[in-house]
Amino acid sequence: MTLSRTGQIILYAILIILALLFLTPIYIMVITSIKPINEATLSGMWKLPSHVDLESYQIAFEKLSPNILNSFYLVIPATILSAVLGSLNGYILSKWRFPGSNILFTLILFGMFIPYQSILIPLIQFLQKIQLYNTIPGLILVHVVYGIPITTLIFRNFYANIPTEMIEAAKIDGNSIWGIYQRIILPLSIPGFVVVGIWQFTQIWNEFLFAVTITNTSQQPIMVALQNLSGSQIVQWNIQMAGALLAALPTLIVYIFLGKYFIRGLLAGSLKG
Amino acid sequence: MAQASPFTTPQTHPKKRSGRNREKWIAFLFLLPSILAIAIFVYGFIGWTGYISLSKWNTFVQDLTFSGLDNYRFLFNDFRFQSDLRNTIIFTVLFTLLCIGLGLFLAVLLDQKIKWEGLFRNIFIFPMALSFIVTGVVWQWIFNPSTGINLILKKIGITDPPLWYVQTRVVLPLHIGQIQFGVPMALIAVVIAAVWQLSGFTMAMYLSGLRSIPDELKEAARVDGATEWQTFRYILLPQLKPITFSAVIILGHISLKIFDLIYAMTGPGAAFVTDMPGLYMVETTFKGSHYAQGASIAIIMLLLVSLLIVPYLIFTFRKEETP
Repeated sequence: MTLSRTGQIILYAILIILALLFLTPIYIMVITSIKPINEATLSGMWKLPSHVDLESYQIAFEKLSPNILNSFYLVIPATILSAVLGSLNGYILSKWRFPGSNILFTLILFGMFIPYQSILIPLIQFLQKIQLYNTIPGLILVHVVYGIPITTLIFRNFYANIPTEMIEAAKIDGNSIWGIYQRIILPLSIPGFVVVGIWQFTQIWNEFLFAVTITNTSQQPIMVALQNLSGSQIVQWNIQMAGALLAALPTLIVYIFLGKYFIRGLLAGSLKG
Repeated sequence: MAQASPFTTPQTHPKKRSGRNREKWIAFLFLLPSILAIAIFVYGFIGWTGYISLSKWNTFVQDLTFSGLDNYRFLFNDFRFQSDLRNTIIFTVLFTLLCIGLGLFLAVLLDQKIKWEGLFRNIFIFPMALSFIVTGVVWQWIFNPSTGINLILKKIGITDPPLWYVQTRVVLPLHIGQIQFGVPMALIAVVIAAVWQLSGFTMAMYLSGLRSIPDELKEAARVDGATEWQTFRYILLPQLKPITFSAVIILGHISLKIFDLIYAMTGPGAAFVTDMPGLYMVETTFKGSHYAQGASIAIIMLLLVSLLIVPYLIFTFRKEETP
């Protein structure tokens, strides 16, 4: 690189300062969550704890574990179902185009950008009518449906990289649409499923608007419970921070171990082609 | 020719025209569940929300009597909604500009063949893995006027630190009707939290953009005697235009519909200095049972987002149709 030595030093100094700034909220979360109750005070916010006290985790976990379970019951089926739908849609829309398929795709894509407030009242009326209001299956349905645009988009971009000649050859060999999907597309789809799976897992785990309006009490996913925990004034903030870390842990773990695919998902959802 | 049932697959004459046509129909059938779902859950529900927004359903009991544009008229005269519109515009501009500026800056720094590039990159992107609720809970404490950043500011001698999101002051006030147009100081805290969460995303976009520019292009510029800055300004930056375009679309639509972060971090704020339409909609609909008003807010949000998204979708659609 052409940078001078001073240039190098400045470059690294800026990067390190910015990295520390980015990590500050995590520092606050971690040190606060391991403080004993009497040290978790406003004036001692930045200070390290005198000793590690994990009681706040115990309390937060007791309060939040039913909701963490709810979130898993929600996220796992919703992620799998929306990935499967997205894969089928992406396959058809990239390899079996028909007249009007592009406009159809654009119309589907629009669903990704709408503010969900604009469908919320009818959605709740609908869920009440089919008796899925305030249930986890209701939330699963919602996330599968509103996940269609993004999962379709990611898979469509992913399948665009599979050469069309392979499909053509399989067609000439007499394979049906379904046969080609099973024998050629599906085996090549694993990285696509990983990317979409991570994306949907993170999105659904972190989602709040549907969760807070569609469920109450015992059916609430973790983010609603966390918000309620911090909304009540009595709770100490070491418990809040422990709760926040517990709530963030699954997606952070995914990010730490599958970061490459996580970023690929981000980019696949944002950059076309 | 004898036609088999459409569900058995005679594979003897794959090239027959009727076979081609049938394939298209089967392809369409594969999509049908999704098409129906989107038709009902997106377009149907939007239509129904629009219908509710023109009704008198502003109590707990459903009343779909037509009331024309009354709910919209109410909103545009409503102090809270006027504040929301001001906040949305200010927030969107600040948030988008800062995310793009910081994201591009970080990407350029990381593109300098740095040691531990992966580590730095991961540090800048990890907030994306968090929920806006988690972000809100933590930043609520960092910007709490009696602790957090203010403890540090006091330590370095600032005796009168800002009150952050508690502040009701609107800078550069410009009175239009009952509303103070300008920048509500309280929003700054929320913007910082949101930028913290999403600038890494912009960085990732720009970094992938920078990496896709062929090295020869940069080398050629340097051989021609261009300085680092000139290379960046005249070679790299123009190549990054499509990325900036995508970033504006994505960040813009996120900020137009922002809800969770506000809900968790500040709520509407005193004098609605941090309120947003997304929050107002949920509160007025589900706490106040003003369904028709909530629906009107939702429709206005949709229109705002559409102003940004529809041209983008048409543009990308056209580009694909003419390869």
